[in-house]
Amino acid sequence: MASPEPASVPINGCDVAYRRAGSGPTLLYLHGAGGAYDWAPFLARLAETHDVVVPEHPGFGRSGTPAWLDGIEDLAYYVLEFADALDLRDVHVVGSSLGGWIAMEAAVRGFPRMRSLTLSCSAGVRARGVATGDPFLWNRAQQFRAVLHDQAMAEAAIAREPTPEQIEIELKNRYAFARVAWEPRLHNPNLKKWLHRIRVPTQLLWGANDRLLPVGHGEEIARLIPGAVLRTIPDCGHLPQIEKAEAWVAAVAGFIAEH
Amino acid sequence: MQVFFFHLMPYAALDPATETTHDSAWVTLPNSYFDPAIGADLYNNYMDQLEAADALGFDGIGVNEHHQTAYGIMPSPIVVASALARRTKNAKIAILGSALPLRNHPLTLAEEHAMIDVITRGRLITGMVRGIGAEYHSFGRNPTESHDRFHEAHDLIIQAWTQPGPTSFEGKYYDVRYVNLWPKPYQKPHPPIWIPSQGSRETIDWAAHPDRRYTYLQTFSPAAAVAKYLALYREVAGGYGYEATDDQLGWAVPVYVGADDESARREAKPHIEAFRRRFLRMTNEMLLPPGYTSLASMRGIFAAKRQAILSDGNDMDGLIASGMFICGGPETVAAALTRHHETMGFRQLLVMLQFGTLPHNMTMANLERFAKQVMPKLKPLSETRATAA
Repeated sequence: MASPEPASVPINGCDVAYRRAGSGPTLLYLHGAGGAYDWAPFLARLAETHDVVVPEHPGFGRSGTPAWLDGIEDLAYYVLEFADALDLRDVHVVGSSLGGWIAMEAAVRGFPRMRSLTLSCSAGVRARGVATGDPFLWNRAQQFRAVLHDQAMAEAAIAREPTPEQIEIELKNRYAFARVAWEPRLHNPNLKKWLHRIRVPTQLLWGANDRLLPVGHGEEIARLIPGAVLRTIPDCGHLPQIEKAEAWVAAVAGFIAEH
Repeated sequence: MQVFFFHLMPYAALDPATETTHDSAWVTLPNSYFDPAIGADLYNNYMDQLEAADALGFDGIGVNEHHQTAYGIMPSPIVVASALARRTKNAKIAILGSALPLRNHPLTLAEEHAMIDVITRGRLITGMVRGIGAEYHSFGRNPTESHDRFHEAHDLIIQAWTQPGPTSFEGKYYDVRYVNLWPKPYQKPHPPIWIPSQGSRETIDWAAHPDRRYTYLQTFSPAAAVAKYLALYREVAGGYGYEATDDQLGWAVPVYVGADDESARREAKPHIEAFRRRFLRMTNEMLLPPGYTSLASMRGIFAAKRQAILSDGNDMDGLIASGMFICGGPETVAAALTRHHETMGFRQLLVMLQFGTLPHNMTMANLERFAKQVMPKLKPLSETRATAA
């Protein structure tokens, strides 16, 4: 399927770019720190059976960088307003890494449009004593090697020279990522206190070999969200939607079908 | 010209093997390489050197703040400046600079600088910096807030120094109900403010603004880059509608004076090369964390400087050729600095007479030769560009 054309909607004065494709239950995909500039194969697969909505967060990709972008709470309110603006109903929210963190922050603030939640290798919660990677100290090659378990896949990604456009987008995304996730690094110490407010069916998908946010973080989140189910994906790093796209898409679609 | 002796206080004893075993002398270099007994010798030698500069007639001495690195073991220049305040008599003491955004509360800086200014009866020069990229890693401070925090902290400090208290300050990062400094600074309206930088356009625009007219210091760069950024400052000042004076411009550069050119080069070589190879090393990710500079400025820094500063040009001949290191007999050094002064037009010259692994006895000899055989030729040099322009 061809990638859908980007549209845009103003959120609190910021032009938020988004793409929407497919029909079926509405799936709101919240991207991670790498952004969602490209329409990835896993999105195309999901759009075969879902109404897939993919915004680029303020500060990322084609979206504007608003003066109000100071922290993760601003991205939580943007998601709530984005869902209002598009009048998304019975939304199955899927968040990867930073996107999972934003989803939880939105959910604890009251997100009645949300029907289910899938968190994929989510940031947002620090599990005490579980080591994390430092994405801000990694160079481009080190990042690929750290987030992907399959090192052949990592080397292939490293070997692909980025275009000037990609370099610009990567710099922009990295800035926005740092803006919200530099300190406290990749988490909000206050979030844990309110995760019990998430009452929708919740599943966590986690690469068993995630080195950026090891699965111990998933165990901690699963403990704090009532009824949450943690599924680990073997031989897989921080980006199961890319590394194990088949299994990941099946798990997302299966969970949505159940709820 | 005003001549300052500027010190970085490197951990000179750093194991040379770290050049290959670690990718940086910053952030992640294990502090197991630091031996406190050696540190004690270094600190005391370095402070002896700074005190000697006062006796030798330097206009000032300069200290510097860097954190969690072998590059400089002076995380608090306040500590060193405080000790120097009582052990020196005439030299200005320039703290170059205090890293404003790294402090949790800028009023602590306003207080400490005011204390030193009062204790020395007005010999303090306050440098204000943002701290380098690596320190945003070391302190966890968000680099995307760096510029805003710097400006806000500056405004708070100036308010505390100049407005009769108590006043209040309402900012985004600092919100203070009672700004009421005890002591106020000795100098009126406040100590001179210098802005050391490595060539950031935003910094130059800000420092040159008519409300501030702060002295801009270009730190170790190729002479061509120094000339470029000092000229940019003048241009920006012109754009604001006034002519910048030489007083507003300064240059910090390592210098070694030997008995003659040949012996100077032979003596300085291992130490200046160690400075470049061993202490200045860091990764791009440490140097430029996201948001630390604007995208445009980041490209500028990469183009003008990174090549020269962190990768190539580590051998002494290259450093001398590019003007990043001034080395030779007294005549050669005086001629080189006079020539640079003529073309660049700065009034503040900060010479780093200790660099890298340069040992105490050689540093003291360097200080003596510089003070007695070079400095007398430099001090009479007066305004150049302001009248020529």
